[in-house]
Amino acid sequence: MVKPSSSSSSTSQDALALINSLRSAYSATPTTLKIIDLYVGFAVSTAIIQVVYMALVGSFPFNSFLSGILSCIGTAVLAVCLRIQVNKENKEFKDLAPERAFADFVLCNLVLHLVIMNFLG
Amino acid sequence: MAISEHVNGGTNTRKSMPSSSALKPDLLNKLSFKTLKLKTKQQELLIRVSILCLVYVLAFITRLFSVLRYESMIHEFDPYFNYRTTLFLTEKGFYDFWNWFDSESWYPLGRIIGGTLYPGLMVTAALIYWALRFLRFAVHIREVCVLTAPFFASNTTIVAYLFGKEIWDTGAGLVAAALIAICPGYISRSVAGSYDNEGVAIFALLLTFYLFVKAVNTGSLAWALASAFGYFYMVSAWGGYVFIINLVPLYVLVLLITGRYSMRLYVAYNCMYVVGMLLAMQIRFVGFQHVQSGEHMAAMGVFFLMQVFYFLDWVKHLLSDTKMFQAFLRITVTCAVGVGAVALGVGTASGYISPWTGRFYSLLDPTYAKDHIPIIASVSEHQPTAWSSFMFDFHILLFLFPAGLYFCFKRLSDATIFIVMYGLTSMYFAGVMVRLILVATPAVCLISAIAVSATIKNLTQLVRAKNKVPQTGSTKGASSAKGSSKGSIDQSQPFQRNGAAALLFGAFYLLSKYATHCTWVTSEAYSSPSIVLAARGAHGNRVIFDDYREAYFWLRQNTPPDAKVMSWWDYGYQITAMGNRTVIVDNNTWNNTHIATVGRAMSSYEDEAYEIMRSLDVDYVLVVFGGVTGYSSDDINKFLWMVRIGGGVFPVIKEPDYLVNGEYRVDKGAAPKMLNCLMYKLSYYRFGELTTEYGKPPGYDRARGVEIGNKDIKLEYLEEAFTTSNWIVRIYKVKPPNNRW
Repeated sequence: MVKPSSSSSSTSQDALALINSLRSAYSATPTTLKIIDLYVGFAVSTAIIQVVYMALVGSFPFNSFLSGILSCIGTAVLAVCLRIQVNKENKEFKDLAPERAFADFVLCNLVLHLVIMNFLG
Repeated sequence: MAISEHVNGGTNTRKSMPSSSALKPDLLNKLSFKTLKLKTKQQELLIRVSILCLVYVLAFITRLFSVLRYESMIHEFDPYFNYRTTLFLTEKGFYDFWNWFDSESWYPLGRIIGGTLYPGLMVTAALIYWALRFLRFAVHIREVCVLTAPFFASNTTIVAYLFGKEIWDTGAGLVAAALIAICPGYISRSVAGSYDNEGVAIFALLLTFYLFVKAVNTGSLAWALASAFGYFYMVSAWGGYVFIINLVPLYVLVLLITGRYSMRLYVAYNCMYVVGMLLAMQIRFVGFQHVQSGEHMAAMGVFFLMQVFYFLDWVKHLLSDTKMFQAFLRITVTCAVGVGAVALGVGTASGYISPWTGRFYSLLDPTYAKDHIPIIASVSEHQPTAWSSFMFDFHILLFLFPAGLYFCFKRLSDATIFIVMYGLTSMYFAGVMVRLILVATPAVCLISAIAVSATIKNLTQLVRAKNKVPQTGSTKGASSAKGSSKGSIDQSQPFQRNGAAALLFGAFYLLSKYATHCTWVTSEAYSSPSIVLAARGAHGNRVIFDDYREAYFWLRQNTPPDAKVMSWWDYGYQITAMGNRTVIVDNNTWNNTHIATVGRAMSSYEDEAYEIMRSLDVDYVLVVFGGVTGYSSDDINKFLWMVRIGGGVFPVIKEPDYLVNGEYRVDKGAAPKMLNCLMYKLSYYRFGELTTEYGKPPGYDRARGVEIGNKDIKLEYLEEAFTTSNWIVRIYKVKPPNNRW
């Protein structure tokens, strides 16, 4: 997010203010959602680590690499979907019970990881 | 179809009338009204279910013409391969099927069948077969294969009903089911015996789309997962899945651009894409293409775009300051676009992302195949579509399609946008390639169904409005709940009701015309197996030419089991499936050079061809010849393609050598090379002695209507082994080399 140093002072100030306001806004999020966010962050960072590892070592068993990274991405995306569905602020999902959302989430994860186990090789 | 509902609605109001006019106590009145209403709802359900059942049965039986006319047999070319593999699957089991290396085709290369086919169709048929066996129905696998396509066509009608219900209402769903049940565009690929991937794939295609639209409408992960499974089934069944993986991202993109982005869309697309992609990778023929080939990159790009979009949306939601968000937006978008462009550029430059294939190019640019890939252009079903075949396959749907588009635009929602996009893109592809009319058919049926249903609904409301007028006050609530403002019609238009009735009558007339047209097309055009030919005799009686099977049976019985048969690739699948002999090339045109070698052999002089045939270990040569019967799709008429494909790889073969002033002819004025090439000799060997038609000289070719140019054909390196009763298939034996002493 940090831009090159041409207009350095104002930009960095802007970025700082941005981060501060983001942090203060985020602190109001319910804890359950924060837990999901943590989970998503963990999954994404695992994916990034795998990509870095792939860049260093090579992607030889390509199916293993793919299943590794797709399990991370898939988990993250599904968790984001869950987050969307259980978030009270989203009016679109008012009539979707959180239990139902969680059941769907578990089902999708089950399928995802069964397929990944098959694909791991 | 849709009418039933409204007629039903009419009975509803009519039945409630006496109860209200009888001036009974208020409570009782309400009660009876309620019970009656429940009853009409039940009636409506009953009628709807029975219509669906009828449509289901109709879709099945209308595809049985070919079984009645001929017999329960597999049609055409590709279905024979599917039949052969299904047979293998049921005999040897799934594991052997998955690892099957076939040495009977593409001699001497062979073919890894398990890794180069879409197994969905075979596995489906085998599962049906095993299920029937388990239930103690002693069916033969051939019957299962013959009836698979009609069975899935029936299932498609149910999916069409559900889809129509999802995008419009139950009326449109019922009409869509009825329309698609008999639409010739779909019947052409799903008659009994047409045991091809498309029969199952259209079902899978429509199911995937339906489930995806359902997922978008509900925003539920479970529906998205279901659509991922639908996509998996589609991928396992047909290469046309590329259409889905490009249409869905396109749809998402359009929604994003038009500002209809929603959380539901995010949930539906991402879940469907990730799980669907993973599932699709389990099909070996598809493998890593979802992350490596250019055709699938749009989906991945949209996937990342969705993430960026969602992230931005979230940050926007968090930030109250719009100016700050603008700054943030600028930075993020620049970063995202930069990273995406770099990734795509590096991927393409390093060859990691394969470029688009020729087939894909030829879809985007219809003239591409003609200039670059003769093997694609040579297949008649890859030709651009003529207007007449649109009319032939869609009939009135062609006119109803724009009307349906109008209704869709009038009531724009996520679902109608999807069907509009599906309709428009598939219509374009249908215009590019004849066979893709099939893909457009469900969309055309659905959109037309919306037009029919909406029109008839409006008209019936007009017709019904008059009846209601005397007692407007009481039942107005019920009628206005039905929807439009048509309930409050002014009395000043006396002909309105008559006009509406006339229009209704017209609509029924058109629909009944559609039904008759469909039945006629099915029985006349799409129910011939093309492996058995039928013609009208001189006295109007039916003459059956069963020469293909005769020839293949001869091969099976009279040649050594390891004999290699050379023929043009069209007949490869049939020879391996029915003749049980090894072929050099077949309809799976994966190796262009090999096909070009055969083309070169066919278009060379006999001695040169002999060298090529010796190098390929050819024992028998099979040619198809229609000169006696007037059968026009024979090898002589396909010969120019052999020359072109052969010449594409071996420049010694030049097309002008076979033409005279750019004209293709076989009579006395034909080019000398034409008159002495192997194909000509094999087709017309001994034909000069035969009188085919009364009043014509011997050697009169009925397929081309000329007397042949070279009647005195001597074969040096081959000898005639077998010619079928109508000369349609001719088989020659390649002689062993002469003794040196």
